[in-house]
Amino acid sequence: MNVTNIITSGATLSVMGLAFGAALAFASQKFAVEVDPKTVLIREALPGANCGGCGFPGCDQFANAVASGNAPVNGCPVGGASCASALAEIMGVNAEVGVKKVAYVICKGGDDKCRTTFKYEGITDCRAAAMVAGGGKSCAFGCLGYGTCERVCPFDAIHVTNDGLAIVDPEKCTACGKCVEACPKTVITYVPYGQQVIVNCNNKEKGPQVKKNCDVSCIACGICEKNCPFDAIHVTNNLASIDYEKCTSCMICTEKCPTKCISGDLSQRKKALIEPEKCIGCTLCKRVCPTEAITGELKEVHVVDPEKCIGCGECVKKCPKDAIKMV
Amino acid sequence: MENASLFVILVSSILVNNFVLSRFLGICPFLGVSKQVDTAIGMGLAVTFVMTLSGIFTYFIQYFVLVPLHLEYLQTIAFILVIASLVQFVEIVLQKTSPTLYQALGVFLPLITTNCAVLGLALLNIQYEFNLIQTVVHSVGGALGFSLAIILFAGIREKQVIADVPLPFQGFPIALITASLMSIAFLGFTGLV
Repeated sequence: MNVTNIITSGATLSVMGLAFGAALAFASQKFAVEVDPKTVLIREALPGANCGGCGFPGCDQFANAVASGNAPVNGCPVGGASCASALAEIMGVNAEVGVKKVAYVICKGGDDKCRTTFKYEGITDCRAAAMVAGGGKSCAFGCLGYGTCERVCPFDAIHVTNDGLAIVDPEKCTACGKCVEACPKTVITYVPYGQQVIVNCNNKEKGPQVKKNCDVSCIACGICEKNCPFDAIHVTNNLASIDYEKCTSCMICTEKCPTKCISGDLSQRKKALIEPEKCIGCTLCKRVCPTEAITGELKEVHVVDPEKCIGCGECVKKCPKDAIKMV
Repeated sequence: MENASLFVILVSSILVNNFVLSRFLGICPFLGVSKQVDTAIGMGLAVTFVMTLSGIFTYFIQYFVLVPLHLEYLQTIAFILVIASLVQFVEIVLQKTSPTLYQALGVFLPLITTNCAVLGLALLNIQYEFNLIQTVVHSVGGALGFSLAIILFAGIREKQVIADVPLPFQGFPIALITASLMSIAFLGFTGLV
């Protein structure tokens, strides 16, 4: 063993390393480029899932865009309201907190409700199944339930149940749009978080044809449209659709729908309650009530009939004295 | 190869001993950034740039540091050090002096830092006992060969995107088959030099 060999080789490499290191350090000082410190802060405040839900390739690009003012601070669907307010603070603007949206599978025609035309025995993948004459379901618009959405979901938020339908867990869903993109039937859409009243049908065929195929289907009878007190539900292309801006979740359409394809838990329906000590008898609530559930004379305490009340909350909005509560 | 003329070295490094298709060096960027012709051109430019610089640099390191000290066996580690530092240095300088070129090359420069084609070229230069001018020619030729391969490949892959490829072959499988066919095609140049 030649010790000098070891020493010279070690020393040479160390000197080279040091020289290059010094050169790099010098260069990074000399040629330093100033990066917007906001970009760094924004990047740290983001969830970092790189899901692309914002429309940018990843969180870095989104952070750049926000810092340069090319993207809104509430543009991250995953981070939600807390992330938006954090970004707003960094950018020094007020966050317009958007309503959180979640994905929703607009089909309730499971194996027991919807007929099949043939038995599909191919690869368990909706996209593959959809290529084989639409995938065995008699309804061409319904959920196939082979779990393509389940496999693309990065947040474990969508699962196929035993009756062959995909269900979204609204708590876990971040509206990143992966499932919406993957679904060959485009049966997944976005609904506001917490929205109960949803039309659970995607079939745009004419009523009798739909009815033949599936028990829980929209037959475009228009009963919901006629009964809605708020002009929030309309039948277009043989399919009812709800304007979630106008919908007050009064669930009248849920009650009236002959095929029960509009969801909504009637037992969860809220009732208006007038506090007698606050009520001044202005009759405003009585006039606005779509179901005449409120009775009472001018300047006398009004009363809500719980049987008639549909829980739409219109009276709460109108009451000048905050005397009405939804319970 | 000692008395090889410069032209022979150039043709040999571009076609006959193509770095990607005959030596199988630098496969990762070859497959990784060859989805579009534009990015492939960017990558080719960056590789040309770095290969030429590192070829010259490693030549000096070899003959002015390692040989006098009898440390030729440290080639590999020393060259890695040189190439990595060089690429970083170039990146920093480019970022400051030419933001447009930095934007064009930016993503690819760090990728080349540990590219085996760049290191392989530096080691081959020494193995063939090239002088400085031969080294430069061989480096430029090797880099042009790489660019040629990656740009041709990207052109084919752009067409493949719209082609009706059977599902099991979509993506990388068909890309690898294409690459192997290209490699066989380049085999035809054997014996040219």
